[in-house]
Amino acid sequence: MQREKFIERVLLLLALSSIGSLALITIFIFLEGFPLILSVGLKDFIFSSHWAPTKGHFGILAMIISSILVTIGAMVIGVPLGLSCAIVLAEFSPKRLKMVLKPTLELLAGIPSVVYGFLGVVWLVPLIRNYLGGPGLSLLAASIILGIMILPTIISISIDALTAVPDLYRDGSLALGATRWQTVSRVVLPAASSGIITAIILGMGRAIGETMAVIMVAGNALKIPTSVLDPVRTLTSNIALELGYAAGRHREALFATGIVLFIIIMILNLSATLVTRRR
Amino acid sequence: MRLDPHTTQRLVKALLWTLTGFTLLILVFIIADIAVKGLPQVTPGFLSQDSTDMGRAGGIFPTIVATAYITLLAILLASPLGVGTAIYLTEYTREGWATRLIRFGSECLAGVPSIILGLFGFVLFVMKLGFGWSVLSGGLTLAIMVLPIIIRTSEEAIKAVPQDYRTACYSLGMSQWQTVTRIVLPSALPGITTGIMLSIGRSLGETAVLLFTAGAALRTPVSLFDSGRTMAVHFYILAREGISMPNAYGTAAVLVISILAINVGAYTLMQRLMKRYS
Amino acid sequence: MNDQPPNKIRIEDLSFFYGDFQALDGVTFGIRANEIFGLMGPAKSGKSTLLRVLNRMCDLIPGIKVTGRVRLDDEDILAPDCDLVGLRRRVGLVLSRPTPLPRSIFENLALAPRLAGKKSRGELADLVEASLQAARLWDEVKDRLADSALKLSGGQQQRLCLARTLAMEPEVILLDEPTSGLDPISTAKIEETLLQLKNQYTIVLVSNNTKQIARATDRVAFLLMSQIIEIGETKRVFTVPKDKRTDDYISGRFG
Repeated sequence: MQREKFIERVLLLLALSSIGSLALITIFIFLEGFPLILSVGLKDFIFSSHWAPTKGHFGILAMIISSILVTIGAMVIGVPLGLSCAIVLAEFSPKRLKMVLKPTLELLAGIPSVVYGFLGVVWLVPLIRNYLGGPGLSLLAASIILGIMILPTIISISIDALTAVPDLYRDGSLALGATRWQTVSRVVLPAASSGIITAIILGMGRAIGETMAVIMVAGNALKIPTSVLDPVRTLTSNIALELGYAAGRHREALFATGIVLFIIIMILNLSATLVTRRR
Repeated sequence: MRLDPHTTQRLVKALLWTLTGFTLLILVFIIADIAVKGLPQVTPGFLSQDSTDMGRAGGIFPTIVATAYITLLAILLASPLGVGTAIYLTEYTREGWATRLIRFGSECLAGVPSIILGLFGFVLFVMKLGFGWSVLSGGLTLAIMVLPIIIRTSEEAIKAVPQDYRTACYSLGMSQWQTVTRIVLPSALPGITTGIMLSIGRSLGETAVLLFTAGAALRTPVSLFDSGRTMAVHFYILAREGISMPNAYGTAAVLVISILAINVGAYTLMQRLMKRYS
Repeated sequence: MNDQPPNKIRIEDLSFFYGDFQALDGVTFGIRANEIFGLMGPAKSGKSTLLRVLNRMCDLIPGIKVTGRVRLDDEDILAPDCDLVGLRRRVGLVLSRPTPLPRSIFENLALAPRLAGKKSRGELADLVEASLQAARLWDEVKDRLADSALKLSGGQQQRLCLARTLAMEPEVILLDEPTSGLDPISTAKIEETLLQLKNQYTIVLVSNNTKQIARATDRVAFLLMSQIIEIGETKRVFTVPKDKRTDDYISGRFG
């Protein structure tokens, strides 16, 4: 009996590792970055677009805006493509095709982000530069690459949401004489809406948090973009680009950037969980 | 002008299939490009030789070793923690505030972006604990990254074990731990193994975390405190610094093939284990 | 006090709640050693609940409350410091549905005894054979003990579960509708086994099937909606029941 109690305590300790790690991460990021936010002032930190760390200027507005724009761009590309694929796979394709396509999807999901970035540099950036102008390394390039990268997330969660809708709904609608598409658009999609919204929110989270691919194709300029062809630098890129050589206050500023990013992503993930729970 | 429903359906289907086809084309293109430009680079020499001239010449052997070393460490750390958590959640507690808290921790952890993990690993392991850029720092941070994956898949696998097995064991006078180790875990093994292999696949592609914890030394790491460059990090550096296109493609090919192999291996292993244990 | 045989199990004022729902209300009676004691009654009368209290398998269900005392020989098994593992080795349970473990036939029988301390291969092999013989399964499986238990038929699996319980060398065997869903031949084999086992064990048999109770038990208790209505020798209860409700149940006027 005593041995059992001991084992239970050990397992409890192991189980606390996940929440413990989360706590550690939160604590350390905040410890390292918060002093800088205090000394610069939250308003100046977030709302100034002047980022010159060596001269003591720490405004991340340009990067916040770039992150938001890149994410919106990624959604504009990823959601229509992703939803279409999900609808086709879940509602309009025969079982055999589904069996081929699902593992293919998982393959897509397994390709590392750096590979996407690389191919973006090799193929997409020259295309943009030659046909649309600008340096090619741009907001547009980042949006497209990110949009493609979040496809597997959006597709697979949406497919789960669609297949979770009971056949009863579909049969009822078809029995009333509706076409497949009418059934899908008026019955199935609304029923699956919370799952699809979750997919979109999680896709957003993934897009905002992506670093390596964005660094490779976005151009990393420190200005607020005025056109999609402008090079941009996101919050994540900023951290990754400068961490290697930053010191002192500069390094603290990067952690402070991390705090902002962390909070944004936590809010997104929590809303996704809330949406799923309300189902 | 209102279209009749059948025409609408035909138009919509055409649109949807076009978009789907387009998406598949992108995937095929990605795989094809890597295969065509990368596979020719993957010779036995490429895999076994050291890197020279900053990666311009030679092979990627040090990166293969670093990748294996760091991934192995991460899995060795995360598996007992993850499986233990899953066992605790399913076998030792009822649903309540404790289980919800643990699960919340795990889900949030899963959502932390890799650059933040890299920052964390950098400040805690590299700097404060003094491990420096090393296999150890990289492995520890990576373990935290894959922990939620292992928890989630292990929990599913353990929950899928029929309750009848447990009832039989308890009524025969077996203790809880005996039941878990001799019947529940072996039956859940296929699912748990799949989760571990998925974690390996995820680790192979990870760059942001490792760049700032394991560093980028191009030597073959020997001790836990040596710095090492994984294949993904090496690929990133080659690509970004424009050092060598052929080698970049070659590294990408090895990377993608490894990840493919792990994912395929995970599913076939799961099929085989399921046959053996049920 | 007349010279009654001693009680192996004494249940005193046992009440049982699933949350707010009361499944047992002040149940009090005794089960004698070496008898086959039947518990009969319609569905949801509390019989299965009562059975599971006897080896504390009820503990596995969340949200339950138990009051009263249950004495096995002389110790109260409802006491908080009762050794559950030891209890369940002394009081075995066979369920209404076969529950073979995903192992070989031999392993199904040898696993728990090995964990209870029987280490030698010879001892285990003898134990496995003896248990399978007692459950009348030996002849059918003696040549394929290494085969998976999951491949056996339903009736064979259920006899396997009985053999598995016997392999623990318990003092009491509890059976919860063990032959529901089995073909008549398997049912007969299990009933024959029980009659033979009576000499070594105390047996408590829950059944929905009044004919089985009449065939196989020495004494019987009739439970209805959480209370004991009548208790006594099976022959007497079935021929001259004291309570009208017992009579109605036996005649099939309700079930």
